[in-house]
Amino acid sequence: MTDYLITGAQLPEGSITDLLLADGRIAATGADAADMAGARAGAQVHRIDAHGLVALPGLVDLHTHLREPGREDAETVASGTRAAAVGGYTCVHAMANTTPVADTAGVVEQVWRLGEDAGWAQVRPVGAVTVGLAGEQLAELGAMASSAARVRVFSDDGLCVHDPVLMRRALEYVKAFDGVVAQHAQEPRLTAGALMHEGIVSAELGLTGWPAVAEEAIIARDVLLAEHVGSRVHICHLSTAGSVDIVRWAKARGIQVTAEVTPHHLMLTDEAIRGYDPQFKVNPPLRTAEDVQAVRDGLEDGTIDIVATDHAPHPSEDKDCEFAAAAMGMTGLETALSVVTEAMVADDSRDFGWQDLARTMSATPARIGRVTGQGRPLAAGEPAHLTLVDPSARWTVDPAGLRTASENTPFAARELPARVMATFYRGVATVLDGQPQDGSTR
Amino acid sequence: MRHLLSAADLSREEAITILDTAATMAATQSRAIKKLPALRGLTVVNLFFEDSTRTRISFEAAAKRLSADVINFAAKGSSVSKGESLKDTAQTLQAMGADAVVIRHSASGAPHRLATSGWIDAPVVNAGDGMHQHPTQALLDAFTMRRHLMPEAGTGAGLDGKRVVIVGDVLHSRVARSNVDLLHTLGAEVTLVAPPTLLPIGASTWPCRISYDLDTTIAEQAPDAIMMLRVQRERMSSAGGGFFPSAAEYSRRYGLDAARFEALPGHALIMHPGPMNRGLEISARAADSDRSTIVEQVGNGVAVRMAVLYLVLAGNEGTPS
Repeated sequence: MTDYLITGAQLPEGSITDLLLADGRIAATGADAADMAGARAGAQVHRIDAHGLVALPGLVDLHTHLREPGREDAETVASGTRAAAVGGYTCVHAMANTTPVADTAGVVEQVWRLGEDAGWAQVRPVGAVTVGLAGEQLAELGAMASSAARVRVFSDDGLCVHDPVLMRRALEYVKAFDGVVAQHAQEPRLTAGALMHEGIVSAELGLTGWPAVAEEAIIARDVLLAEHVGSRVHICHLSTAGSVDIVRWAKARGIQVTAEVTPHHLMLTDEAIRGYDPQFKVNPPLRTAEDVQAVRDGLEDGTIDIVATDHAPHPSEDKDCEFAAAAMGMTGLETALSVVTEAMVADDSRDFGWQDLARTMSATPARIGRVTGQGRPLAAGEPAHLTLVDPSARWTVDPAGLRTASENTPFAARELPARVMATFYRGVATVLDGQPQDGSTR
Repeated sequence: MRHLLSAADLSREEAITILDTAATMAATQSRAIKKLPALRGLTVVNLFFEDSTRTRISFEAAAKRLSADVINFAAKGSSVSKGESLKDTAQTLQAMGADAVVIRHSASGAPHRLATSGWIDAPVVNAGDGMHQHPTQALLDAFTMRRHLMPEAGTGAGLDGKRVVIVGDVLHSRVARSNVDLLHTLGAEVTLVAPPTLLPIGASTWPCRISYDLDTTIAEQAPDAIMMLRVQRERMSSAGGGFFPSAAEYSRRYGLDAARFEALPGHALIMHPGPMNRGLEISARAADSDRSTIVEQVGNGVAVRMAVLYLVLAGNEGTPS
């Protein structure tokens, strides 16, 4: 196994150090790294000059759609985790809305095993809350938790657990194995037929609106349920200013709530839909400029805990059509770090640096998902999951050049800052010089 | 004019050019031989994904009066019902030699996608898309108003200072959206009157007034024209959205009954895009009065659509005499 001696990397808090990766761990840092590299008899050392690069703990995504089993034409576990590695991720949580639905120990073990075999990143399956995502009967949450996949996050994502009694039962039940219910907050009656955010733009375009209150009402209900039963609840892809306010209130009250925002909700507004381009169709929908400012503020002040991609690949036939007929969702694994850099790190008026990015895109998502060994500090003895980023790079997004199996990105032809130069998973380079290390070279 | 997708896209100059061209077209329709050779050899495809016999026949008549060949494509019973996409259908029609595509679709934005996605090269005319736009309807409404309200103005006139009240289901109405945009462009003052449940959340930013009270609006605005929108009875039920409690309540509060008809200024036009629900949004007395332009609007539709087809297909060669 190759050792890697990374020299001159900037850690998230700003200090410069060397890092030696050996036997799947960070064997040494600082001056010890080069000494130990020289002392390891028989080891092949690959030296990487990382001056000017930022070293981050490997990114952890709490919200990825890998589509396998069932829609391998859109993405497979292998293609999705390869894209994840290119985006700097060493761990992804695979959502349950596959075909069949990941609502049994068998399916979650299958997804986990496919991830282990592919070797690009750790795959943590998310288990469905209800059988078949039907919202009627709890799935066997305990069986999934005690399976080889060790599921800790449960979600009907794509659909809301809208029955309050069922939601209460799920919140109570997962306490037995320290699980968390990740809620897709969408009141279904208020969003029937909805195609985009309800507001000025939807009124002009004649597209049925998805009102902000449909998200906020469910979040308000669920934080109160979580308080009542003393459980953890996680809010998926929070998108409105009102939602930020509710989560802020809940946290101040001591409720165990965590929340995520997607990169696209940090960057884009509903104005993008004026051309009826289905690449901008997503659930929850792109909101207003005021909402974008509110979610940025919420991420900065810690109300929103993490950034999660909601990577949602779709084949071209599901997007190259009229807006109403198009599937909802956009890919995000390969653009997330750059988009967050532009929206948050590069904004000098904000108090949000690389440490905050490491916290919100690695450490905290790992903690919420109860993933041991991920999101750890870059210190001697820790597992060697890390990402090297060139903060000065700028690149133009070419959908055809992305590694995900689908091309539905809203950032096509857009220039973005920061580029992942290398990713290490279990001490193995999955990406070097910005290129995935396929086959025998990895 | 490359396409006609939305009334909001039209400048005042472009809108007046269409109305003036339509006036020229209308004049030819009183001749013994109504047919003009302007589009001879060109093929217009009526691509109707949604039923609308009136609009399709109007476009068909307009194209034929200009000597174009017409292909009518209805989605029902076609490959669309077998799962073919809009993109594939459009490209098939292009391969068959369509020079212009008139599209009607239940999805808002479908004409925009057709025109801007690179699927076809032909000009696209929006014949109504979802809840979004129906620009030729707005043009024929404006044409009708200009004829009656500005009879001396002649070509080049807008509708400056004219007060128009539009009443009813604005939320689901492409006619209302198109009319607000076009009438504002032409200088008219528009007031929308509807129950709050039938007004879109963002309508307050539109270039018009908003009112929930029809009687007050008639009294204060003294409109030059009042346009009643069709109300779908199923909107009452909870399955249809429960937008208002009952037909009777809607009619009492928003119907153009005899009393409201009497309260209008003597010259005010009574308009409706059709088909009407007599007794619900409009009384027979108003619909059948000599101030009603409802039947005339249909006839003017042919002239306006002739003008639009002419301008997108041959417009650079000047207006025909």
